[in-house]
Amino acid sequence: MQRFSALSLFRQGLSGHRGWRAQWRSPEPKAAYDALIIGAGGHGLGTAYYLAREHGMRNIAVLDRGWLGGGNTGRNTTIIRSNYLFDESAALYDHAVKLWEGLSQTLNYNVMFSPRGVLMLAHTVHDVQVFQRHIHANRLNGVDNEWLSAEEAKAYCPPIEIGRHLRYPVIGAALQRRGGTARHDAVAWGFARAADAMGVDIIENCAVTAIHRDAAGAVTGVETTRGTIRAPKVGVVAAGHTSVVMAMAGLRMPLESYPLQALVSEPVKPVFPCVVMSNTIHAYISQSDKGELVIGAGTDAYTSYSQRGGLHISSHTLEAICELFPMFRRMRMLRNWGGIVDVTPDRSPIIAKTSVPGLYVNSGWGTGGFKATPGSAHVFAWTMAKDEPHRINAPFTIERFRDGLLIDEAAAAAVAH
Amino acid sequence: MSEAFRTRDGGRIDRTRPRSFRFDGVGYQGLAGDTLASALLANGVHLVGRSFKYHRPRGVVAAGSDEPNALVGVWRDEASYAPNLRATQVELYEGLRAESQNRSPSLRFDRGAMAGLLAPFLPAGFYYKTFLWPRRAWARFWEPRIRAMAGLGRAPTLPDRDRYAQTYAHCDVLVVGGGPAGIAAALAAAAGHARVILCDEQAELGGSLLAETEATIDGMAAQAWLAEALARLAREPRVRVLPRTTGFGYFAHNFVGLAERLTDHLAEPDPQAPRERLWQVRAREVVLATGALERPLVFPENDRPGIMLADAARTYLRRYGVKPGSRAVVATAHDGAYRAALDLHRAGVAVAAVADLRPDPEGPLVEAARAAGIAIRPATAIAGTKGRLRVRSARLVRIGAEGEAGGGASAGETVGCDLLLMSGGFTPSVHLFSQSRGQLAFDPVSAAFLPARPAERCRSAGACRGTFGLAAALIEGYAAGEAASAAAGRGGAPGLGFAVTGAIDTRGGTLGATPHGRDAARVKAFVDFQNDVTAKDVKLAVREGFRSIEHIKRYTTTGMATDQGKSSNMNALAIAAVALGRPLPEVGLTTFRMPYTPVSFGAFAGFARGELFDPLRRTPIDPWAEAAGAVFEEVGQWRRARYFPREGEDMHQAVGREVRAVRQGVGIFDGSTLGKIEVVGPDAAEFLNRMYVNAWSKLAPGRCRYGVMLREDGFVMDDGVVGRMAPDRFHVTTTTGGAARVLATMEDYLQTEWADLDVWLTSTSEQWAVIALQGPRAREVLAPLVAGADIGREAFPHMSVRACRVAGVEARLFRVSFSGELGFEVNVPADYGRAVWEAILRAGRGFGITPYGTETMHVLRAEKGYIIVGQETDGTATPDDVGLSGLIGRTKKDFVGARSLRRAAMAAPDRKQLVGLLTEDPREVLQEGAQIVANPQTPAPVPMLGHVTSAYHSPTLERSIALAMVRGGRARIGEVLFVPMPGRVVKVSLCDPVFFDREGVRLDG
Ligand SMILES: Cc1cc2nc3c(=O)[nH]c(=O)nc-3n(C[C@H](O)[C@H](O)[C@H](O)COP(=O)(O)OP(=O)(O)OC[C@H]3O[C@@H](n4cnc5c(N)ncnc54)[C@H](O)[C@@H]3O)c2cc1C
Repeated sequence: MQRFSALSLFRQGLSGHRGWRAQWRSPEPKAAYDALIIGAGGHGLGTAYYLAREHGMRNIAVLDRGWLGGGNTGRNTTIIRSNYLFDESAALYDHAVKLWEGLSQTLNYNVMFSPRGVLMLAHTVHDVQVFQRHIHANRLNGVDNEWLSAEEAKAYCPPIEIGRHLRYPVIGAALQRRGGTARHDAVAWGFARAADAMGVDIIENCAVTAIHRDAAGAVTGVETTRGTIRAPKVGVVAAGHTSVVMAMAGLRMPLESYPLQALVSEPVKPVFPCVVMSNTIHAYISQSDKGELVIGAGTDAYTSYSQRGGLHISSHTLEAICELFPMFRRMRMLRNWGGIVDVTPDRSPIIAKTSVPGLYVNSGWGTGGFKATPGSAHVFAWTMAKDEPHRINAPFTIERFRDGLLIDEAAAAAVAH
Repeated sequence: MSEAFRTRDGGRIDRTRPRSFRFDGVGYQGLAGDTLASALLANGVHLVGRSFKYHRPRGVVAAGSDEPNALVGVWRDEASYAPNLRATQVELYEGLRAESQNRSPSLRFDRGAMAGLLAPFLPAGFYYKTFLWPRRAWARFWEPRIRAMAGLGRAPTLPDRDRYAQTYAHCDVLVVGGGPAGIAAALAAAAGHARVILCDEQAELGGSLLAETEATIDGMAAQAWLAEALARLAREPRVRVLPRTTGFGYFAHNFVGLAERLTDHLAEPDPQAPRERLWQVRAREVVLATGALERPLVFPENDRPGIMLADAARTYLRRYGVKPGSRAVVATAHDGAYRAALDLHRAGVAVAAVADLRPDPEGPLVEAARAAGIAIRPATAIAGTKGRLRVRSARLVRIGAEGEAGGGASAGETVGCDLLLMSGGFTPSVHLFSQSRGQLAFDPVSAAFLPARPAERCRSAGACRGTFGLAAALIEGYAAGEAASAAAGRGGAPGLGFAVTGAIDTRGGTLGATPHGRDAARVKAFVDFQNDVTAKDVKLAVREGFRSIEHIKRYTTTGMATDQGKSSNMNALAIAAVALGRPLPEVGLTTFRMPYTPVSFGAFAGFARGELFDPLRRTPIDPWAEAAGAVFEEVGQWRRARYFPREGEDMHQAVGREVRAVRQGVGIFDGSTLGKIEVVGPDAAEFLNRMYVNAWSKLAPGRCRYGVMLREDGFVMDDGVVGRMAPDRFHVTTTTGGAARVLATMEDYLQTEWADLDVWLTSTSEQWAVIALQGPRAREVLAPLVAGADIGREAFPHMSVRACRVAGVEARLFRVSFSGELGFEVNVPADYGRAVWEAILRAGRGFGITPYGTETMHVLRAEKGYIIVGQETDGTATPDDVGLSGLIGRTKKDFVGARSLRRAAMAAPDRKQLVGLLTEDPREVLQEGAQIVANPQTPAPVPMLGHVTSAYHSPTLERSIALAMVRGGRARIGEVLFVPMPGRVVKVSLCDPVFFDREGVRLDG
């Protein structure tokens, strides 16, 4: 792997950058591998990286039906935080945040992890109760999350309006300082480059169309638009299309797929220092390093595989943004897009072995899996390599829905009474 | 200043109406009908902005919404500051103020231009390769600096006062684009009596006709024909013409979003009038007539002020009467640029040379140029330009037979100029077609992607379909309008022929970088002007292994600027295709996304602001509470009185007084926000049996019962009292926040799962005002007001309901209690709510009746261990967890959630269960949300046993109390546990959750 550094950039600059080589190869698929990963998003590429680096599995391939990072990884609003309520979630997401903190150096790729702080606004007495519960639980779990008064929240993020005149006044906020954002493409590219350097084949434009199994039901390989590929282990990391891929092995997943939208404004000079989330009025906003306001909208009410959400959904989000930040009313939407997210009944992911020997699945990240990318990939690689879950992902089984051992983060955010 | 570059006559500006304006603090004059760009050019101002990355000086390139460079901030006052507006779209009004962006201290001397010196070390994606060490330096040091350099304009700092409107419309035929094709389409559809909407993003409709001065249509000068056609459309009652209206988004089922700008062009807009209006149009048929955009040529240093698109120059001259320079060089691969050269020449601008990339340009326009004495250089490219703040010269080099350019930095001929026009041909605007998911196909003849297979009921016509000639566009537009009208079920008017003279068809074009004979790794030939992406950046991306066009776009940021690649995408694609060694159509386009051009957030938000953002719901008794000095809280969408402080009381004191009043005398409470659903029909009881855990069949009319409803996963979703008014009629109540959700869930089951049940659901939440009367003396107060029912102790026991009259008003009277005291809930039609409330207050005066709010209600119910769904439960609690398993109908086979309750984990002994907590110090009120642990000394992660759900000071017990959900809690009653707080630990003992009157004797008072 060609090392990246200020010095290499300078040297290349002197020679017109003619010496840079491809960051990853574009290999033809081999007939067989030791393991296959379906889906070259951040989670899939990261899984390959950790399989190669930590488990010595280098004869492996990542398959994607399109271009790597072109799924939700390249479409998300990149909010990273770990202040989840339940112990299981806090352990998983905080594992990821710890990896984020050194990821640029580990990968020798600037993924621009920017711990600028995630501020979650409380607008009602009920919000305060819920946030306090999170803050206490987080503290005992060793996860940073602190309560700010409305004035402190405004000092941290000056564009916030805190007057009582608002329809939903800000009465306080929970702040996770270690939370923030990262550059989504760089995460996919950094993992791809580092995995490729260890011999992992990343095969784009290669859709999996069937999963082959032997008489005993165990996985033997996959059928793809680029031919048959054999492998004793297959990990499915296909986000919004997980149900479709898992059905190829005869498994029905407890997932529903919905369009989720995001949008950016035209770029402006820095005005917005951190990430702000308001669950009560459905607004999520940060400012990218390029200067665009990055705004997340909600999911559509109906399931769909079209990567396009309803206009009323993004409009509703902008209503909320304009209400919270009335000076942004004259800012303009530059680009709006959608992705397909896979949602579980308890809004927590599934990172697990399946009832089919050799078949593993990492899915159900719904609207919030980017933040988990390195952590999820790390424990999923462990699970695939050792054929047993890592301590951290052990609770995130499929069977929990059958057994009722839910990790219900959505419920934890509760409802207004 | 004088308008030195204004022509003597011609154009569509109004020479009798001068307009003064300021740009970067300097005063200028323009004319009504100018854009800011044309007015600046009339004053000889080309330098208008700085580029994103290298802060290079930039001028006006285009004349429309495709402008990448001339972005300005415009304001009347700070609250109306709008950044990043294209000067080519800003209409001039008297007193307009605008400023350039992304420069400091000034446009001419910009510190940021230092970045240009470092450019050799800042290629595409440089930031992924560096800033890696030391570990924290990125976030602490580099990122803030990069952020400060990036961004274009500045965001407004004050709230926008302007209003934004929204409207919905249906039509038979929506025509997007008001050039010749679009106008012809609208004429045809109008002739077929279709309901038509025709919109165009510009201030005037007409598109290319607005700069057309030679052609005639049907014997009329083109612009006279235009005027007549528009007048005809204006007379049609079924036709709506919307200027300044951009079709920005094309969604499923012919749903199209239009953004109309209403006041930005006015000197003194009416403050009451909306600034913009968002149209959401559902059209039977759509005709796209969105035209085509000229492509820049990608040659070295093609970005200096004074270098502009040939057709834009012609537009400035013909439409605005502005000469964009005094001495021009024209670089082209398309015939159209000759028309620009001829126009300039006739207007007195010296045309030094036309450099045509093609070896043997020919055709009538080429001949005309030659005849006019314009020097034409075939097979000639631009190898570079000079000039810091304005182009000063261009270097012309010959292209050899192999397509290579004469080498060396000094080869070729240097031609002095202050204007360099370029034309790489035209790219059809297929944005909306593609947004609608229509499929494009590459047409090798025109070297363009054209609409192939539509996904919606839509037709493309004119230049956006690759049909460029004026006559052909008119005919095609008319045919499309006619077909659309017929397809929409209206008439199709017989096709009109259009007799066109004087319009010369043009051809030609090139894609990608042009030859220049210099070191390709060093020259800056810009592809995307605004984002400073050069041809070598695109090649670098390919060299680094980015093979998908989406990757190339993301790595280089080409096409991601505020123009979304309108002028750059095809050139970038062509350069990438060459570098990849693959045919261009195989490489393919990136996805077109809405909006076509940027749309204000305000337009999307529309009327939804302040009160209208989410209208606050108020009960009929709310005005009384306000007058009584209540402190309110917001619960869901409602505002509710929280407590009624008397002079000098704080919340604690007020709540203490209110609680004591209820326990000792009588209190009155506004419960109108409760959700109410009338469930009626022969199968109503069966329906409720399935929806609730409780059994309803045996509930006698006149009785009521506390019901609990689960989600499919077995967890408590909502609760409320249900009264049976008649065998086939139930009065269902829900929590305040759950009303809509419960109704939607019920409807969902009724319509999708149990369509066989004969049941109707009606939301009656707002029909009934609910007045709760609680306390040992409640009956004494109420009895004299009740007619038509005996509410005596035996006749009307706890959990009864009667239809009767209260204070002369038809009522449904419940005997229920959420306080643990004798209690009634009076339901009367909402309009009578306040009158009845006041009547009861009067009746209660002698009993010391005390109004109380939600805070007191909470304390009263907590003293009794009654749960609040959403506070004690959080979506992970089963009925048993909160001590309600007794409600489950034993004989019922099934209900929603029943199967889930049978799962092993639902019966696990260590589930969190509802308990009471008492602190050691009776004054210590726990914090709601605080966690409970067995051993506070454990290091993180500390195993947590549960959390505090409710905590209050109890005036009745004169000490603090709390409810909590604790693992295996019921078995731990009596144990001591700990609540760790920052810096200290609170000791608590677990107790039964019912703190007061455990036997419930007071209910029977
Ligand atoms: C608009 C939006 C905003 C979001 N915002 C946030 C946020 O702020 N914070 C956060 O943490 N998360 C966010 N998310 C969620 C986050 O993006 C995802 O959870 C996460 O990126 C999922 O990563 P992944 O690698 O699992 O999936 P993806 O990146 O989607 O990768 C899955 C891949 O599988 C491939 N695939 C599918 N089917 C096949 C097949 N049959 N054969 C081969 N390949 C196949 C796809 O092409 C795709 O590349 C957001 C999501 C969206 C859509």
